[in-house]
Amino acid sequence: MYESFFKIVEGIPLTLQVVSISTILGIFLAVAVALMRISGSKLMSLPAYYFVYLIRGTPLLLQLYFVYYGLSQFEFIRESILWPLLKEPYWCGIITLTISTGAYSSEIIRGGILSVSKNYIEASGALGLSKAKTFMLVTLPITVRQALPAYGNELILMVKASSLISIVTLMEITGIARTIISKTYAPVEIFLVAGSIYLAINFIIVIFVNLAERRLGIEKAT
Amino acid sequence: MRNLKSIILGLMMSALSTVAFADGHWSTIKIGTEGAYEPWNFTDSDGNLVGAELDLARDLCARMNAECEFVQQDWDGIIPALVNGKYDVIMAGMSVTEERKKTISFSKAYMTEPARFFSLNSSPLSTFSSAKNLNLDDDGDATVGTISALNNAMKGMNVGVTVATIHEDFANKYLDSNLKVYPTQDEMNLDLAAGRIDAMLCDVGTAEAFMETAGGSDVVTFGPNVFGGLLGEGVGAGIRQGDADLKAMFDKAIADAAADGTISKISMQWFGKDLAP
Repeated sequence: MYESFFKIVEGIPLTLQVVSISTILGIFLAVAVALMRISGSKLMSLPAYYFVYLIRGTPLLLQLYFVYYGLSQFEFIRESILWPLLKEPYWCGIITLTISTGAYSSEIIRGGILSVSKNYIEASGALGLSKAKTFMLVTLPITVRQALPAYGNELILMVKASSLISIVTLMEITGIARTIISKTYAPVEIFLVAGSIYLAINFIIVIFVNLAERRLGIEKAT
Repeated sequence: MRNLKSIILGLMMSALSTVAFADGHWSTIKIGTEGAYEPWNFTDSDGNLVGAELDLARDLCARMNAECEFVQQDWDGIIPALVNGKYDVIMAGMSVTEERKKTISFSKAYMTEPARFFSLNSSPLSTFSSAKNLNLDDDGDATVGTISALNNAMKGMNVGVTVATIHEDFANKYLDSNLKVYPTQDEMNLDLAAGRIDAMLCDVGTAEAFMETAGGSDVVTFGPNVFGGLLGEGVGAGIRQGDADLKAMFDKAIADAAADGTISKISMQWFGKDLAP
């Protein structure tokens, strides 16, 4: 049991790495998609709408299979400049998780932006702030504040979703746990150990999100 | 409506027959298999479990006057599910090894087949030459030499194995390659064809089945036939340690099926060669 615990612990860095890289890349994607959605131009908002619809409407497991096993079936992809990236399970995992969190977070951000009262925008206009300045100084801070609770939830979902990448040969927490189980035939203990590690990671995330919420004074704002 | 009637009738008949012809404890035997290891056991395009072991199991059950019932189970949980009673027997291309015998018991081997390495024909590995056989029971200089030649050829390369197999044990013990561990043979096949791994180690038959498909047409084999030692004593039926009576039934049925040529016939049909023990 102790031995298994230390083996599984070795998978934590990979889990954290994949989750943090895809979360950071995912935020950029999410902001871009959210801005496209609310741009008012059909040319921008429709592709964004269908992107979110497609990604949210299909299982993450299938998306990962598609990126990892699906794309590699095409010769032109294997010969393209993207292949060194797509060849690696590590990057396939990151790409899939980035796309997934990008789609979900874009809806969170869009909701945040739309929740900003028109009065604030009009007031900034009256104060002579440009549109860009209004966005940076008024809309964005309020959006972050509004979106934070939902985004904390998304972070937790990401940590859990990262367990799926074990099916593409990545030895993160779940991957190592499954390997140990298939050798020791003791599924209960090992799953308990792996589950506790996820619980601990998510506990830390919850603490940070709560801290951030308090700092941004959401209680006062609402 | 007629369908429903016939289903109910069928159910009643089968219930009756089980009761009427029950011969001791084992009138029905649940057999767990993976369904992803062609041609041993796999799932055809209609979703049915087929393969050499399915045919053999039906033959063995007939010899034991028992009903066969097949249960599909992923490989990485196949031993725990046997121990927990989800089924009574594993017939899933599982080699009889000392390591597994610590948890379950086995019938005598019903087929045996060496393991081999496979690569793409464009790989430098495809021209690797060595002795024809690598018998791990023999620890002489020739064995040591062949292993180190294999290891040197694949040092630092990506080598695929499926999880919790004798092949994974072999790679862990003898190779310094970058190991990629797959849940199933099918997924490993795809990655070999896509060039994500430089080589894979598996049973000959399952790789040959893949080489016959369009996706596997560039796959070739290299290196020696590997057997003995930690690769085990051939493929047998896994049985819970408490079910000594069931093991005795399987041992007898397998011996009979081997003696009258049934195993050879099934083997020829699915593998194109005789793997009878």
